[in-house]
Amino acid sequence: MSLWEYANPRKFMGWTGPIVPWAFGIAAVCLVVGLIWGFFFTPDDFRQGSTVKIIYLHVPAAMMAINTWVMMLVASLIWLVRRHHVSALAAKAAAPIGVTMTLIALATGAIWGQPMWGTYWAWDPRLTSFLILFLFYLGYMALWAAIDDPDTAADLTSVLCMVGSVFALLSRYAVNFWNQGLHQGASLSLDKEENVSDVFWQPLVLCIVGFIVLFVALVLLRTRTEIRLRRITALERRV
Amino acid sequence: MPELGKYATEVLSAYAISLLLLCGLIGISWIKHRRVKAALERAENG
Repeated sequence: MSLWEYANPRKFMGWTGPIVPWAFGIAAVCLVVGLIWGFFFTPDDFRQGSTVKIIYLHVPAAMMAINTWVMMLVASLIWLVRRHHVSALAAKAAAPIGVTMTLIALATGAIWGQPMWGTYWAWDPRLTSFLILFLFYLGYMALWAAIDDPDTAADLTSVLCMVGSVFALLSRYAVNFWNQGLHQGASLSLDKEENVSDVFWQPLVLCIVGFIVLFVALVLLRTRTEIRLRRITALERRV
Repeated sequence: MPELGKYATEVLSAYAISLLLLCGLIGISWIKHRRVKAALERAENG
């Protein structure tokens, strides 16, 4: 069977149904254990004090803010090339998750920035590109809501998604591109010298896994909802 | 409760805002899922 057959709405509803509760369960376990571990059982950082505990929310949310847009880009390209309706609906379903992740990253970053940098906000390359990414998410959702014809909406939002991908990429690599501003480089790296200390790294990885699985669970749940909405519209047109 | 020192407000508010947003997203997604599922069942059954 071809991989594309899994994108058939009926097949998609079939194979995703049993996965969703498991994904929510795994995400809940990872997040509860990771956050309790990080909050209660890790020491303060010698420079940042207890604010280092914000890392368990800020870093996974920021990663998912960018990765959600990348997922939307892939789904949009599949829509533009192969016209699979489920891929367009998956991109639409992912946008509110991405905007929430971006908002968490911006809010926790501002709260963390005040005691460390002395300001909630600075027009730093990474902060600014994240704010623009947040605005792109809002624009993407507004465009879906503004157009009645679903295929036209999928076409135009896919183009917007491709344009916004520049800022998703900038958000990730802004620190490296400009090498200036207040924000530090990546917290996780394959280079052990650049990585956060093991005592913070282990619960952080668990939280990142929790955020990723939560994203999968939410995208599947919301895509199933969008497919059902499309079916309701089709039934109403028949009457 | 761990000793958060002078940054207790910052740490607790970061956790409160994040968990509120995450729970809101999950809650809204779940409520919409239940409503749409019920609406489709009604539409299909007459």
